[in-house]
Amino acid sequence: MMRFLSQYGSQIVTLTIEHLWLTGAAMLLAAAIAIPAGVWLTRSPRWAGPVIGIANVLQTIPSLAMFGFLLPLPWLGERAARIAIAALTAYALLPILRNTYAGIRGIEPAVLEAAEAIGLTGRQRLFKVELPLAASFILAGLRTATVTCVGIATIAAAVGAGGLGELIFRGVASIDNRLVLAGAVPAALLALVADGVLGLLERWFRVTA
Amino acid sequence: MPAAIEFRDVTYALRSGRTILHGISLAVEEGSVTALLGRSGSGKTTLLRTVNRMIVPTGGDVVVLGRDALTSDLIELRRGIGYVIQEAGLFPHFTVERNVGMVLEAQGRPRAERISRSGELLAAVGLEPDSFRARYPHQLSGGQKQRVGLARALAADPPILLMDEPFGALDPLTRAEMQDMLRNLLAQFRKTVLLVTHDLDEALYLADRIALLHEGNLVAHLTPEEFMRSEKPEVVAYVKAFHRGERNAEAQP
Repeated sequence: MMRFLSQYGSQIVTLTIEHLWLTGAAMLLAAAIAIPAGVWLTRSPRWAGPVIGIANVLQTIPSLAMFGFLLPLPWLGERAARIAIAALTAYALLPILRNTYAGIRGIEPAVLEAAEAIGLTGRQRLFKVELPLAASFILAGLRTATVTCVGIATIAAAVGAGGLGELIFRGVASIDNRLVLAGAVPAALLALVADGVLGLLERWFRVTA
Repeated sequence: MPAAIEFRDVTYALRSGRTILHGISLAVEEGSVTALLGRSGSGKTTLLRTVNRMIVPTGGDVVVLGRDALTSDLIELRRGIGYVIQEAGLFPHFTVERNVGMVLEAQGRPRAERISRSGELLAAVGLEPDSFRARYPHQLSGGQKQRVGLARALAADPPILLMDEPFGALDPLTRAEMQDMLRNLLAQFRKTVLLVTHDLDEALYLADRIALLHEGNLVAHLTPEEFMRSEKPEVVAYVKAFHRGERNAEAQP
């Protein structure tokens, strides 16, 4: 065990950092797309069905196939990390989008009516009322997305994007369960930590009505 | 006395073709309290909401303080009109103090001013500022929420106050306290008030004029005394329905 760790320890650390980078970049990108999109949907609810539907379809694409589809694309396909981040972003869109939309739509009508009637501008309404009141929902979506994507990111190693999946794939190929575990355990821990931290944030932002 | 609010032949029809307001003309005198009375669905709330353009009439004009409410700047118009609703609509993530100061915050006024104004207004609506300013809306009773809602509506010292069934969800005793508080407040600060209510007692107690709406038509616009003596069938029906319980109790042996 000690020998194994001293042999692979630094690699595990490097790959964990790589894994974090892939997932983190995808989460930031997905949030940057899905939160504004979710807000926009609350302004044009007739688009909500189709747009959330598309995000839903993206989610049903098997992850290995998703990486495969992105491979031949011009700029994306050039670097494995780009493919991985794009795919993870696509998976993360739905939970964030849906929760942003539902979080804002779920605000008590009287509160929105008051916000409008006391003369808040559109921007003030969004930043002072809607986003703060939907924040815990949005974070819950982000949490679901993160936990899912930490898992899916292990498959990114199949297209050479690195991350902890690399150890798992190597372990499977060489029938070495220690290597599989060396990839799987840190990945599971990452997911748990992300879940815990985002869960705390979510509770912090929860508003008692 | 000039009119603070003037409805000129205001019509409102839904896209489905149903007409909610049938050409209502009504002048609300500056500094007066006018009750919009009527049963549910009579159009009183719709009429009220045309004043701050929460609803845009499909016909006619609404003139607020000499300016056309349909073309004036929306944000400016609304900031000059206090608005109180039955559910209070307090911002649940803000303290009472910040709720009350919200209009001033939206106008970018300094924090010190907002805090001192909040304190003044909380006192004016009968809430001890020091014990209430840091509370959140979920820590308040229904009556206290309404008081905070009223304080918020008064924050920018608007000349006009719109109130939509403000005390409708409260028990009779709390409602009576709130009505007294409002009366004292209005004696202190002169406001033009438009009060939607279905409660005749409330209208008689608070209003200088009662406008009775029936199926989207204005059927009477009278002082409380005139209202009680009126022989108009819609008015008589409203007054009769109102005293049923009392008469029934008196009839018991």
